[in-house]
Amino acid sequence: MSDLPPATPAPLVIDVTGLTKSFGEKRVVDHFDIKVPRGAIYGFLGPNGSGKTTTIRMLCGLLTPDEGSGTCLGFDVRKQAGRIKEQVGYMTQKFSLYEDLSIRENLDFIGRMYRIDRRKQRVDQALGDLGLADRAGQLAGTLSGGWKQRLALAACLLHEPQLLLLDEPTAGVDPKARRDFWDEIRRLSARGVTVLVSTHYMDEAVQCDFITYIAYGKKLIDGPSGKIPELVGLETWRVEGEALPALEAKLKSEPGVEQVARFGTVLHVSGTDKDALRATVKRFEAEGTQRWSLQVAGLEEAFIYLMAGARDNFATPTGKAA
Amino acid sequence: MAGLSLQRFSAVLIKEFIQMRRDRITFGMMIGLPIIQLMLFGFAINSDPRHLPTLVELNDNGPLTRAVIAGMQNSSYFDFRGPISGVAAGEEALRRGDANFVIVIPEHFERDVVRGHNPQILVAADASDPSAAGGAVAALSGIVSTAIAETLTGPLAKPASVAPFGVVVHREYNPEGKTSTNIVPGLLAIILSMTMVMITAVAIVKETERGTMEMLISTPVRPLEVMLGKILPYVFVGYVQTAVFLVAAMAVFNVPFEGSLWAFFLGFNLFIIVNLALGFLISTAAKNQMQAMQLSFFTILPSILLSGFMFPFAGMPAWAQFIGTGVPATHFLKIVRKVMLKGGELGDVTGELWALVVILIAISAIAMLRYRQTLD
Repeated sequence: MSDLPPATPAPLVIDVTGLTKSFGEKRVVDHFDIKVPRGAIYGFLGPNGSGKTTTIRMLCGLLTPDEGSGTCLGFDVRKQAGRIKEQVGYMTQKFSLYEDLSIRENLDFIGRMYRIDRRKQRVDQALGDLGLADRAGQLAGTLSGGWKQRLALAACLLHEPQLLLLDEPTAGVDPKARRDFWDEIRRLSARGVTVLVSTHYMDEAVQCDFITYIAYGKKLIDGPSGKIPELVGLETWRVEGEALPALEAKLKSEPGVEQVARFGTVLHVSGTDKDALRATVKRFEAEGTQRWSLQVAGLEEAFIYLMAGARDNFATPTGKAA
Repeated sequence: MAGLSLQRFSAVLIKEFIQMRRDRITFGMMIGLPIIQLMLFGFAINSDPRHLPTLVELNDNGPLTRAVIAGMQNSSYFDFRGPISGVAAGEEALRRGDANFVIVIPEHFERDVVRGHNPQILVAADASDPSAAGGAVAALSGIVSTAIAETLTGPLAKPASVAPFGVVVHREYNPEGKTSTNIVPGLLAIILSMTMVMITAVAIVKETERGTMEMLISTPVRPLEVMLGKILPYVFVGYVQTAVFLVAAMAVFNVPFEGSLWAFFLGFNLFIIVNLALGFLISTAAKNQMQAMQLSFFTILPSILLSGFMFPFAGMPAWAQFIGTGVPATHFLKIVRKVMLKGGELGDVTGELWALVVILIAISAIAMLRYRQTLD
């Protein structure tokens, strides 16, 4: 793909093509390709049930793909799942450490699973970094959501993985904890750890170097996050002035207008058919009192556009073959 | 009616039915279990067992002897498996469980009857098998009287009031006919099957239910490591249970321990491992702890009813014996009874030990195939 930064063609940590997985009749992931360069933060976006979790599970060897092939950390995703697991840190959507074990016991257990050396030292180090050294004996189940998430991250970093697979890591975590979490992800990325993270949050998507958008198990958009609006092909007009709610209602059925989003006291009116949109804008500009100005479409508009376009995948798709 | 709403009530009712229908395994158990158990146990269990394997030591051979043997055969209680010679051979057959009865017709039996010396037929019964002996022994006196009435006619006919010969029954291995002697050794098989299977199944399913299994298999851990690591702690629990059982059996119930400790030790270790493997197998099928409990219970009933614990194994129809042969408790029960009551040595229980090994291999193979390192 030509989207990679031309300066340093970093080696690919993940390089898979045609990954496909069906559960019964339902094709959850449909010929999915992805190339992830070393040290990148790659964002996985898409509605619920779009196949994000299934894709991540296939990448780390928890699921065997029905079709497709490729490598993860240089190992074959079909045949060398065992080798991949040794170097991947996988953080599940749901807290999956033992609630009836203490914090230290959990970390100790994980350390043993990966047979890490200097285990005691590294567990102590992790506890210190977490700021949980004095609560090491507390049962993990008694921690709050934010702490559980930090503990889970610490657990999957214990064996110093090359690749982090994070499945909606910040779901149900407060904004402060989310920001701290992302600071940590940035630090890891700077050290050369590759991060693949699925999320629903816009502010997190913005933090990613690359973004891929999935719906119905199919990849719709994939590229550096800066290029996403361009890839979506959206033109956005900004409207300021009086009587915006009435205007918003009226605009929605006008030709060329595909999306009207409210940002505080302004409206963002977007569409992919630029000529039709401009004609509409001209007409409203002449009639009304509001001020219109063309602006560069941002990531946010692009995502609202994508999200609005894809219904929840749990609903039965009508008129779709897959 | 304040606070009670028919609509809300029926909403809950409908929801429950929908959930019940969706939970296929539980639904299947609710419908299938009673039917299977009714068919299985209704036909298999027989508290008046017939066709019990019997050996006969013929030290005399004449019309009267033949009439007695034929009468016993016709009663359908006894199934003659052939003649034997010598006391030792008879005892050996009883201890190995090849026969439930050994019948000894004494020398000069016919002559002594005719002369009115009142000779005695010896019936040695394996009384370690509860209720096996009861019906058969009770039927014996009737069979004998009939045989005499039909054979000794004319001048040899005896007045009905005088019995021309006696039948002496030796209840081997449980001379007092104590129920506890029958039940207690068998209970170890039941206790171990019940707890070992259930504990393992639930412990493993808990991982899946809480989501920790996903974390576990995302690490490089191997299936065998998980299986052994989860099973071994419960082997220890099994040891504790067995120790408690042995103390209670000997101190409280006065059950003897006649045989080889070594044979017993091998047997119960093997049996514990078989049960743990079975629990592991169940855990690969059950989706939650509730289902694991139900499936475990499903395996426990055959252990109680088809193993020979409550009802004599030999008295069941052939197909039920066939199913029972696949139940680990059947073999362990034989080991415990042979060793504790009959003084069995290692050589006496090799057949049962091998049977357990075969069952273990079969269960483990299926369990390992079903347990995946992936979530497929």
